[in-house]
Amino acid sequence: MADLYFTEEHEWLSVESDTARVGITSYAAEQLGDIVFVELPDIGKQVQAGGEVAVVESVKSASELFAPITGEIIAANTELEDAPETVNEDPTGKGWFFEIKVSDKSELDKLMDKAAYDAFVAEL
Amino acid sequence: MTDQNLASTPLKSLMEELGGKMVPFAGYSMPVQFAAGVRKEHIWTRENCGLFDVSHMGQARLRGDDPAKALETIVPGNMQGLAANMQRYTVLLNDDGGIIDDLMVSRPDDDGLMLVVNAACKDKDYQRITTALAGIAELEPINDRALIAVQGPKTAEIFAKFMPAACDMVFMQCGHFTLFGHDVIVSRSGYTGEDGFEISLPSAHAEEIVREILADQRVKPIGLGARDSLRLEVGLCLSGHDFTEDHTPISAGLAWAVPKIRRERKNFPGATRMLQELTAEPEDIRVGICPDGKAPAREGTEIFKDGIRVGQVTSGGFGPTFGGPVSMGYVRADLANIGSKVDLLIRGKNYPATITKMPFVAQNYYRGKGA
Repeated sequence: MADLYFTEEHEWLSVESDTARVGITSYAAEQLGDIVFVELPDIGKQVQAGGEVAVVESVKSASELFAPITGEIIAANTELEDAPETVNEDPTGKGWFFEIKVSDKSELDKLMDKAAYDAFVAEL
Repeated sequence: MTDQNLASTPLKSLMEELGGKMVPFAGYSMPVQFAAGVRKEHIWTRENCGLFDVSHMGQARLRGDDPAKALETIVPGNMQGLAANMQRYTVLLNDDGGIIDDLMVSRPDDDGLMLVVNAACKDKDYQRITTALAGIAELEPINDRALIAVQGPKTAEIFAKFMPAACDMVFMQCGHFTLFGHDVIVSRSGYTGEDGFEISLPSAHAEEIVREILADQRVKPIGLGARDSLRLEVGLCLSGHDFTEDHTPISAGLAWAVPKIRRERKNFPGATRMLQELTAEPEDIRVGICPDGKAPAREGTEIFKDGIRVGQVTSGGFGPTFGGPVSMGYVRADLANIGSKVDLLIRGKNYPATITKMPFVAQNYYRGKGA
């Protein structure tokens, strides 16, 4: 079973072996409102933890998505390009954004688990 | 964040009670959206009836021997031709003919003119009017009335129950009516492109009147977010964004707001410059812009043609009814023709776009039976 991690930027990572699937949390999707456009990274792109990697736009505003971890983009959910509303409908499932081949799994130690993230959101 | 320095409209607590997400806007705490969210609120207004608290806007009376004639010294509209029970859109000009703000001027009764100005420009507008018209007309801000807009294709059938006489008015007519026992000033207008009314209510009874209106399930409260996307889709300007004091009404694409009679009389600020712009063409002009792809081009996006910067987006986003991104902005006049291709620089990348006729979504005003 995949391990789940969360960031303070309201992203989730589902990690299986050295692959992390990344998306935004239900909290983030709700805060953004109706998502109308998603810009995904190119496959093969090297990303640094904290670097800009994708864009998500709601009716209201444009927001950047930051890479939660260092590695190489190995997949992008291109279905979001035609159906960006999937992010609102199923943010932690079909609404995933991209997959990263994780360079250094020790970076995961800096991220939150579900309990820590829920406590973090409850404080907002 | 503190709300302590923000003003409240007479409807603020009701808007909060209805689930409004309150944000600071022009010094007021205003609902940007409700639980449904901007897209659903937008579509609800286009299909049913949306109710907006716009009490943050400035309502004022202009009185004097001939307030219409006085006002014409600082606006290019035909104010002297404004008949009783009519409303007109015009713009407030600085001494060079630059646009300070846009406003609605109406004659709902015999008490001079009624003005409605934008919230963010209220102080500046009042200053300009008071100073420029000193000795010939007197401005009195109205501080005891709220203002709501009810907009959408079902508005008239809903208000036929509440205020039947008002439903006989056509677009841009106005007058006094009785709504749930209170005297209200109503115009058949708004800023969404839909049929509807703007209603000036006594503040003390605003909440009770709005509760009565919202008891009809076809009416829902709508936030400022949808107000912005609704006005953008029908090509209406946002003051201070889609025009500034750097623009005359001609370069702002509002030449229709400078009628023939005023062009002939040339007796408003910047008249000479505007008449030149009308024959010569201004340097840049306001146009509609449709991105060819799906990426919205928002305010501040730079516009390029063959690698040369030719303009900038002044309003832009996603049009829920249009079903795609829409923008407006200024481009060099020679590129302003419909169908002209440009590039939008979004996050460092060029996105192709096409200059498009506005409105993006057809306006749906009531101009009378069979009209």
